[in-house]
Amino acid sequence: MRPVVTIIDYGRGNLLSVRRALESCGAEAVFAAGPDSIRKAAALVLPGVGSFADGMARLRADGLEQPIRERAAAGVPLLGICLGMQMLFDTGYEDGETPGLGLIPGTVEPLPRQDVDGKPLRVPHVGWSGLVPAGPNGFANSVLADVQPGEEVYFVHGFAAVPACETDRLADTLYGGRRVCAAVCRGNVTGVQFHPEKSAETGLGILRAFVRQAEAPVLK
Amino acid sequence: MSRVRLIARLDVKDENLVKGIQYEGLRKLGDPHAFAVRYYRQGVDELLYLDTVASLYERNNLGDILRQATADVFIPITAGGGLRSVEDVAAILRAGADKAAINTAALRRPELIEEIARAFGSQCMVLSVQAKRRNPADPAAGWEAYYDNGREHSGRDVLEWVKEGVARGAGEILLTSVDKEGFRKGMDQELIAAVSAAVPVPVIAAGGASSAEDLFQAVKGGAQAVAVGSILHYDNTDIPTLKNQLAQKGVEVRVCGQS
Repeated sequence: MRPVVTIIDYGRGNLLSVRRALESCGAEAVFAAGPDSIRKAAALVLPGVGSFADGMARLRADGLEQPIRERAAAGVPLLGICLGMQMLFDTGYEDGETPGLGLIPGTVEPLPRQDVDGKPLRVPHVGWSGLVPAGPNGFANSVLADVQPGEEVYFVHGFAAVPACETDRLADTLYGGRRVCAAVCRGNVTGVQFHPEKSAETGLGILRAFVRQAEAPVLK
Repeated sequence: MSRVRLIARLDVKDENLVKGIQYEGLRKLGDPHAFAVRYYRQGVDELLYLDTVASLYERNNLGDILRQATADVFIPITAGGGLRSVEDVAAILRAGADKAAINTAALRRPELIEEIARAFGSQCMVLSVQAKRRNPADPAAGWEAYYDNGREHSGRDVLEWVKEGVARGAGEILLTSVDKEGFRKGMDQELIAAVSAAVPVPVIAAGGASSAEDLFQAVKGGAQAVAVGSILHYDNTDIPTLKNQLAQKGVEVRVCGQS
């Protein structure tokens, strides 16, 4: 049987692309628009495009915030993508200060508008950038397990996560000469700032690793 | 730093990939999906679908083509042509596009840029600008923004318009030279440099590329991405060749060793 991955639909993001990519990685991908389908999910993807404030407002309006927290606490594999990754954190500063899901300690802050040499930097950061390991353990035992350091993935973002704990930091990318958080992992909760569903074979490899987690979740 | 993006541009009319010269006279080239899959497998970084006649008939036909693409193509997709409202953009995003390219409707009602940026984020709002030289004999005369596939002029100065567009929330500029479009005889490098200097967001240079050298000059002028159509569709070159040639000139491109 194919593992079932539930994509959280809160009215934002290119959900069809996420679904097709998960399907091509061997999963049965279904959409969940209500709290009940999230409470039953064996693996969750939180996608997202748009602003932090708008995304959290929609999660709250649809009553999805608490079910997502409960499933994460139960040990269900959860993958946040782009805005979905940012909302895993405590607080976002896009369109004011907004509390996030609080699953990973830290904040989400605007990308600097200047590079390390003080030259203007184009924001949003749009394009393909390489992934570099953020900690001493590299990408082992994570969704990036099959990624070679330096492999490129597709980013589109004007804000970036700043994890409070270095140990949650899985991968960085370089933008304007600075390290920007590209992926985080805390137990069964993983977040990627880039779009794996739009990152060609490298991205599909990352989703395949997530589908493997969904096949054999470590439930608490 | 991000790699320079090489974008394949697919002009679509009804169910066909077409190619136009200076937005006039269309030639049918075949099934756009087959071209899209070929470029994806060759390692193109992004796809750009433009419904070439949509704004004339005030509707966009790309939904089915985009939905088909999502099953086989796992790279970013921008779609445009005839998009007039937040609802139109929502529909192409649901069909599998990541970004919307808007020209005509934004010139008619610039507030639409703000509405789209607010609803989906600036990264989703690509301002498509068709620039034509006011006087080809006088570079100082600048460029005017056109719409309806280069047929109608807006009276707006291109450099003023892109600045206003970015101030209103455009996250990228898709910059096409009406003068060079479709001829495969080189790009308007002065235009690319002028627009790149005028705005802080990424600029996609399009229109007229004949060789890797043209693309290299566009990147040197400040473009973060280059869009090519004709030279790919007619097999003048392919994605790996263009990327190799760009890399040899010192441009950082995504190397892809996939299928």
